Amino acid sequence: MALRTLATRKTLGALSRFPQQLRGLQTFTLPDLPYDYGALEPAISGDIMQLHHQKHHQTYITNYNKALEQLDDAIAKGDASTAVKLQSAIKFNGGGHVNHSIFWKNLAPTKEGGGEPPHGSLGWAIDQSYGSVGKLIAKMNAEGAAVQGSGWVWLAVDKELKRLVVETTANQDPLVTKGPSLVPLIGIDVWEHAYYLQYKNVRPDYLKSIWKVINWKYVSEIYEKECP
Amino acid sequence: MRSAVDTSRETPFRCLSVDMSWSSSSNYLCISTSSSSSLISSNELARFNRLACESERHRGKCQDLNRPTNIFAYNSLKPPSFKFDKGQRRKDHVLKKPRNISAYYSLKPPSYKFDALEPYMSKRTLEVHWGKHHRGYVESLNKYLEKDDILYGYTLDELIRVTYNNGNPLPEFNAAAQVWNHDFFWESMQPGGGNLPILGLLQQIEKDFGSFSSFREEFIETALTLFGSGWVWLVLKRNEKRLAIATTTNAVTPLVWDDIPLLSLDMWEHAYYLDYKNDKARYANVFMDHLVSWNAALARIARAQAFVNLGEPKIPVA
Repeated sequence: MALRTLATRKTLGALSRFPQQLRGLQTFTLPDLPYDYGALEPAISGDIMQLHHQKHHQTYITNYNKALEQLDDAIAKGDASTAVKLQSAIKFNGGGHVNHSIFWKNLAPTKEGGGEPPHGSLGWAIDQSYGSVGKLIAKMNAEGAAVQGSGWVWLAVDKELKRLVVETTANQDPLVTKGPSLVPLIGIDVWEHAYYLQYKNVRPDYLKSIWKVINWKYVSEIYEKECP
Repeated sequence: MRSAVDTSRETPFRCLSVDMSWSSSSNYLCISTSSSSSLISSNELARFNRLACESERHRGKCQDLNRPTNIFAYNSLKPPSFKFDKGQRRKDHVLKKPRNISAYYSLKPPSYKFDALEPYMSKRTLEVHWGKHHRGYVESLNKYLEKDDILYGYTLDELIRVTYNNGNPLPEFNAAAQVWNHDFFWESMQPGGGNLPILGLLQQIEKDFGSFSSFREEFIETALTLFGSGWVWLVLKRNEKRLAIATTTNAVTPLVWDDIPLLSLDMWEHAYYLDYKNDKARYANVFMDHLVSWNAALARIARAQAFVNLGEPKIPVA
């Protein structure tokens, strides 16, 4: 099972690499997951992970590449109106690619340290800003549950103010739309496709369970890079 | 059914009437204050009066004749179980009554059984979509409205417009609009749906889109290029007096722009995820081919023609 999924992931990546690189335009490929699809059970089911990665994320990448090609053409031709018209597709699909790439790195199986609370400077910063990791989790869950429709809930660090913030974005808007100096630390996908097969409409349950597989080690690394 | 009768000895009889407004045959009951007492049938009125007299009999000597008597929820009316102390005088009336009159909206089931749309929309989807999502919206709307009576007395359509607040939606907007949207969506589908529209609706579609197939293509393409959660509508635009395809995000509905919706397709992921996973194209095609209720759309456009003049009247040559 693991071998087969590895094979499909690699071929998917290879296939989409060929046509574009001949034209000199840097296009994107589906990043591999550092864990198996079923490794995050029971917090997130293997079905969801597979669909989410192979279908949704891949679709964002495909459409992003398409939009980039069209943008490339439009810029080459000097077609300003088309270039501007493509911006929403780029924000949506490109944002989707960026956000999901962060999301996969934010998750880790429990065996590999998923869910283990942060120590070090990040833990200290969280305690300072929010009181405790538990309170931060409660706050993020409340904000995540309150998102109307589709979106993301983020824990970010403002690299200029050196402060932790909790933000939400709509649809696939990247976090920078909420503030140019925000660096995402944790992003939780609250689109329905991220939890529907398992949790149906009970988004709060999904938000509670996902903390068991959050990869705080990776998050701490990013934080220490931004705020040494 | 909830209703209230306000009787006062001194002032003339004022009646809070039960305004049963059926908008797009949506089953909700809204209590509004209106001066006309003709909406309550005489039977009901007699019943209220009788119950009012009964409760007054129990009140004994402590009754304040100048204060109006309010009776709520007559079907749960019963004589009070405690006795009055002669020395104590209750400021309030005998019956513990809520201070505010609340409007309640009900959850209307689709007019077909849950498995009637199989295999195009599974029973499970309907159970979760209607039973959990739609029900959740209704309950949260009722909860919002219980808090105070600022939004009291509106029909659901009016409530949507008011809470939309011209683009700055109040928190109740999401709940109210989604209740309406889902009611509308269930009615936009029927078992054995699909095929072609007939009569005037087909003519109008051909007039505004060229042909039915180009309309269908445009509708499906719009559904697929929608970003995020939203709805796709076939609307009749009031100002332009023509049909158009509109998309809205999250809970917004064409009602807020004063257009008349004829059909809707729910493109929130919860509407299709259980059946089609991420295959939106198949869902949209199946909707168009097998689920859409052109009968409902025809009825709606027939009603809409009372408000929008769609064409030159056919004046017979003498």
